[in-house]
Amino acid sequence: MKILSKQPLVDSKAAKVSLIEVYSPEIASKAMPGQFVVIMVSEKGERVPLTVVEKDTAKGTIKLIFQEAGLTTKILGAMKTGDYLYSLVGPLGHPTEIKKYGKVIIVGGGVGIAEIYPVAKAMKEAGNHVTTIAGARSRELLILEKDLKGTSDEFYAATDDGSYGRKGFTTDILEELLSKGRYDLVYSVGPIPMMKRSSIVTKKFNTKTIVSLNAIMVDATGMCGCCRVTVGGKMRFSCVDGPEFDASLVDWEELAKRSKIYENKEKHICKLDKI
Amino acid sequence: MRKEPVKIKELKASIRAGNFDEVVTGYLEDEALLEAARCLQCKDPTCIAGCPVEIDIKRFIYNITKKDYGAACTVIREKNNFPSICGRVCPAEYQCQRACVLTKKDSAFASKKAINIHFLERFAGDYGMANDIEAPKMPDRSLSAHRVAVVGSGPAGLCCAGELVRYGIKVTVFEALQKPGGVLRYGIPPFRMPRDILDYEIDYLKKLGVDIIGNTIIGRTKTIDELFAEGYCAIFLGLGAGIPSFLGIPGENLCNIYSANEFLTRINLMSAYKFPEYHTPVNIGKKALIIGGGNTAMDAARAALRLQNMTMQASDTTIIYRRTEAEMPARRFEIEHAREEGIKFKFLTQPVEFLGDDDGFVKKMKCIECRLGEPDGSGRRRPVPVKGSEFDIDCDIAVIAVGLKANQLLISVTPGLKTDKYGDLIVNKDTMETSLKGIYAGGDIVGGEGTVIEAMGMAKRAATGIIERLRS
Repeated sequence: MKILSKQPLVDSKAAKVSLIEVYSPEIASKAMPGQFVVIMVSEKGERVPLTVVEKDTAKGTIKLIFQEAGLTTKILGAMKTGDYLYSLVGPLGHPTEIKKYGKVIIVGGGVGIAEIYPVAKAMKEAGNHVTTIAGARSRELLILEKDLKGTSDEFYAATDDGSYGRKGFTTDILEELLSKGRYDLVYSVGPIPMMKRSSIVTKKFNTKTIVSLNAIMVDATGMCGCCRVTVGGKMRFSCVDGPEFDASLVDWEELAKRSKIYENKEKHICKLDKI
Repeated sequence: MRKEPVKIKELKASIRAGNFDEVVTGYLEDEALLEAARCLQCKDPTCIAGCPVEIDIKRFIYNITKKDYGAACTVIREKNNFPSICGRVCPAEYQCQRACVLTKKDSAFASKKAINIHFLERFAGDYGMANDIEAPKMPDRSLSAHRVAVVGSGPAGLCCAGELVRYGIKVTVFEALQKPGGVLRYGIPPFRMPRDILDYEIDYLKKLGVDIIGNTIIGRTKTIDELFAEGYCAIFLGLGAGIPSFLGIPGENLCNIYSANEFLTRINLMSAYKFPEYHTPVNIGKKALIIGGGNTAMDAARAALRLQNMTMQASDTTIIYRRTEAEMPARRFEIEHAREEGIKFKFLTQPVEFLGDDDGFVKKMKCIECRLGEPDGSGRRRPVPVKGSEFDIDCDIAVIAVGLKANQLLISVTPGLKTDKYGDLIVNKDTMETSLKGIYAGGDIVGGEGTVIEAMGMAKRAATGIIERLRS
C-alpha cells in the first residue's frame, strides 16, 4: 500500500491529474484490464474505486490515475512518494473480455482516458486493429497521448476548445469513422454524457458498444447496492455485475441522477479546510 | 429470593434518540448479584440446551453469586470467546431464557420471570474486559503443526478461529473490508454494540494468536487453490449473507432509497454519522420510511431517527411492514426500544411504487393495504393486498430492509462448491464440510439469515469437523 512514485500528468488551474505507483504484489499478480481497486486515504476516508491503469508483476506494483475532484482525490493528490494508503483492495469487477474482434474503436474522455489505456493495449496485443479517440476540454488536459499512440493503429484527439486535434466531441469523430467503415466493437469510457452519446451514435450503426460505469460505491463487493444501475430493464450492481455493460441497454438518465446523490454533501466537505 | 427480575438500566429515550451512545447500560454489581441470586441452580439445568454454543450457564451464574466474576467470565469463555458481544446481541428470549425453567412450558419466547441470562453474561464479559482477565490456558497444543484459513471475520469466522486456536492451530482470518467484525461492524449500530467492545473482543482473539488480515478478498485477491498451495490444510468460509434484496417495484433506484446494508454500512463501518470528520456521507430527510420488520429494519430506523434528531432536532421515521406486529421477526426488546424513541409503525402496508422529483430524488411511496390470509411456508400469516386500497405516503428517504441473499463472489470462481436454490452453500450438517474436501462453512452463507449466536453454533461445529480431520 506504499506509494512508490508519483507523477503529475496535468497540473494547471483547470485540473490536477496525477499518476501514482502503489506497491501491492497480490493485486499486481491478479489485476486484468478493466478491473479496479478501492482505496481509502485514511481511517476516516471514503472508499473510492479507481481503475488499475497498469501493473508490473515483477515489481509488484499497480498504477492508478486520478483527477482531484472530491475530498478523497484532493488528499490523495497531497500524498507523497513513501506515504501509505490506509486501505487498498482488489482487483474488483469483471475484466474486459479481450479477444480478437477485428476492428475496434476505443473512446476515452477526460480522466476516462486512463481507463481505456489498459484495454487499448490488451486489444492491440490480442491482434485487433485499434483506433483510439481521446478527448478533453483542452490540450493540457489530454493525458497519456504518447502511450495511447503506441498501442493504437490510428489515433485521434478532440478538444472542446479546439486547442488540439479536432474542435468538438470525441463522438463526432466516432460518428465519422463509423459512417466511413465497418467496426466490430466500440469501447467507451468517460463522463456519463460522453458514454451516453457514444451509445446513441453507435446504435445508428448497430455497432456493439461496451462502457465502463463509474457508479458511486461503498464496499464494491456486492454488499450494499449503492452502485445499482438499470441495464436492459434489470437491476444490476456495477461493482460485481460490471463495471462494463452493453451501452445500448444502460438507463443513462437514472445513472446521471444517481451520480449526483451526494453533490450537496461533497460541496460542503470540500469547502471545509480540513486537509 | 426475589421473584421479579432485576430491570436493566437504559439511557432515557429522549436523550439516546439524539446520539449513538449505547442504549442499554448494563447491570451494576449489586444488580447482577440480585439477578444471579434468582437462579434456582437447577439440578438438571434446561437453559444450557437452549444455548447454541452450550455455555455452562448454571456454573457462570453460580460464580457471580459468589462474587467471583473473573471465574464467571472464564466459564463463559470456555465455550464462547465473545461474552460481551453475545451478551448484547443474542436473542436470548428465544434461546437460553426461553429454555429457563422459569419460562412457562411451550411458550414461544421467554417469560418475564426467566433469569436475565444474557445481561448476566454481558456483566461477566464486561468485568473480564475491564479487568483484563487472561484467556483460559489451553494446554492442548497437539495440532500446532497445522494452518487453517478462515474467510470472513464476522461472527462465524471469528468464532471458528477462536475454537481452532485453542488447539494450537495457526489460524489466519481474511477480511475483505478495512476492519474486522463483519456484520458486527457494518450491520449492528454502535448504540447496540459500542466499537470499543467489538475492538476488545477481536483483540482478545489476536492475543490468543489468531492472525487477521484485512483488505483481502478471497476469490479476487487470492483464490482458494492458492490458500491450499500456501500450506493451509483446511479452509472455513464464513462469507455472510452478502447481497441485499430489493422489492422489485418501480422507482426503486431513485436517489435516497437505500438498501439497509448500504445505509447501515455508511453509518456503522464508515462512521457517516460523524460526517464531515469522517468523509463518507449519508443523506437523511425529514420523513424517513423503513421497509421491513426484522432486526435490521429496527437498526436502520433507529439510526435514521438519530440522524434526524442530530441534524434537524426533530424526527419522523416510520417502519412499514406488510403484516402485523405479532408477525414481526424483530426482537421484542428492539421493537420496544424503537417505539420508546419515537419511531412510528405502519402495519399491513405493502409498497407498490416509489415516486420522485425531476432530479430523481424520492418524494412519495405508493402503498396498498393488506389483510392477513392463511399461513405461508414460514408459518406466519400471509399478507393479502386489499384491492383498490392504494394510498401515498410522503417520504424523502427510504431504506429497504427486506432481507439478504448469498454473495456469489467467491462461490462463482470456485468450481465444485455446491449451493442450494437460494445460492447458500450445501454442507454436511454434522461436520459442516462443503462439497469440496477440506473446505468448511458456517453462518449465513449456509443457513440463510440467522442470528449471531446461530452462526457461532455452526462455526463451532465446523471447528470440530476441522479438528477431527486434522487428527485423522
